[in-house]
Amino acid sequence: MDGAHDMGGVPWSEPVRPEPDEPMFHAEWERRAFAITMAMGMPGGWNIDMSRFARENRPPEEYLAKSYYQIWLAGLERLMLERGLIASDEVEAGKPLHPTKPVAKTLTPAHVAAVLHRGGPTEREAKNPARFAVGDWVRARTIHPPTHTRLPRYVRGHVGTVEMLHGVHVFPDSNSLGNENPQWLYTVTFDGRELWGPDGDASVKTSVDAWESYLEPA
Amino acid sequence: MTDHDHHEHDPSELSETELRVRALETILTEKGYVDPATLDLLIETYETKVGPRNGARVVARAWADPTYRARLLKEATPAIAELGYAGRQGEHIVALENTTILHNMVVCTLCSCYPWPVLGLPPIWYKSAPYRSKAVKDPRGVLADFGFDLPAGTGIRVWDSTAEIRYLVLPMRPAGTDGWSEERLEALVTRDSMIGTGLPKQPHEIA
Repeated sequence: MDGAHDMGGVPWSEPVRPEPDEPMFHAEWERRAFAITMAMGMPGGWNIDMSRFARENRPPEEYLAKSYYQIWLAGLERLMLERGLIASDEVEAGKPLHPTKPVAKTLTPAHVAAVLHRGGPTEREAKNPARFAVGDWVRARTIHPPTHTRLPRYVRGHVGTVEMLHGVHVFPDSNSLGNENPQWLYTVTFDGRELWGPDGDASVKTSVDAWESYLEPA
Repeated sequence: MTDHDHHEHDPSELSETELRVRALETILTEKGYVDPATLDLLIETYETKVGPRNGARVVARAWADPTYRARLLKEATPAIAELGYAGRQGEHIVALENTTILHNMVVCTLCSCYPWPVLGLPPIWYKSAPYRSKAVKDPRGVLADFGFDLPAGTGIRVWDSTAEIRYLVLPMRPAGTDGWSEERLEALVTRDSMIGTGLPKQPHEIA
């Protein structure tokens, strides 16, 4: 979806502000919000693209007004509400009010290290040859799906070259709707001036990682 | 997206968020979906175990051992796993070599993708709107925000992490470090040098 989360190249008046010796979390609630989100992945059963869509799919004003972990929290609440794991009145009341919906499994302390170490690899077996090869010219399609996508706006319509092939990976646009539909994944590199016009920095090249259906021959 | 609550929100809003997190934790614990001991362990893991010192070990090993460096640049995920780092948000890692003519910088314009097993959780500026918007259009301006400049003639290569590939920058080994042990080299490796928004420390800075 087109949204405020898609920030590449958007004008912004403030500089980047590094924070010396910054703490991992800036408030106790951030620690808990992070940990709850991580721990609920297993009982919740959603995938990473569903999580991302739950975070980004909100009005730009709301997305920009929330801090990073407030967005995580809002995304988590939505995922749980959609699946009936919690209800709005429970959140307001601060306690369970309805029967607990059974879940297949939960994350126990004994399994934390192994689950983190395993992660969630997204590479899948290739069933078709890759359409593009390293060095090919490709154009990023101009698309504006109302659903989740990982093709940023600033490259749409622009021509770049294939720099790497990464194998076949789960396709986020469909995975956010529950269907992995794996596709070849490429690193596609664009010249600064192709993306930003004659005033762009010619000494800069920028790449995105793009699934095959995001691309057409150029 | 705001950088900090305390910059942008008044205290009553902040406490509203705190109350909401507390309410959720209570509900989820009572329903049996989360175990508070699991939450504590997750926090402890990312506050004390998974962080940029892991990446510094990888970089120092690559600086000290040419065969490791070659393995890392060819296929980073197994090379990094040799040191015990793997998994969540680092399932598919690519290492990017800085040279005298090319400087690499990593961003995630769409959210906050970052190689957790080697760098830990991302710093707040990495997740902020200014970095996510500017890195792909004006990376030299970003470097200026970090207080440094590259020599004229050095090209910049920006990697937007839009998929599940995670990027780790292999910075150039500082001059004057011949014969240094890996442990000593590790102390030169900064987090930002592995994102591409900084350079490693110079030998005199850690003397």
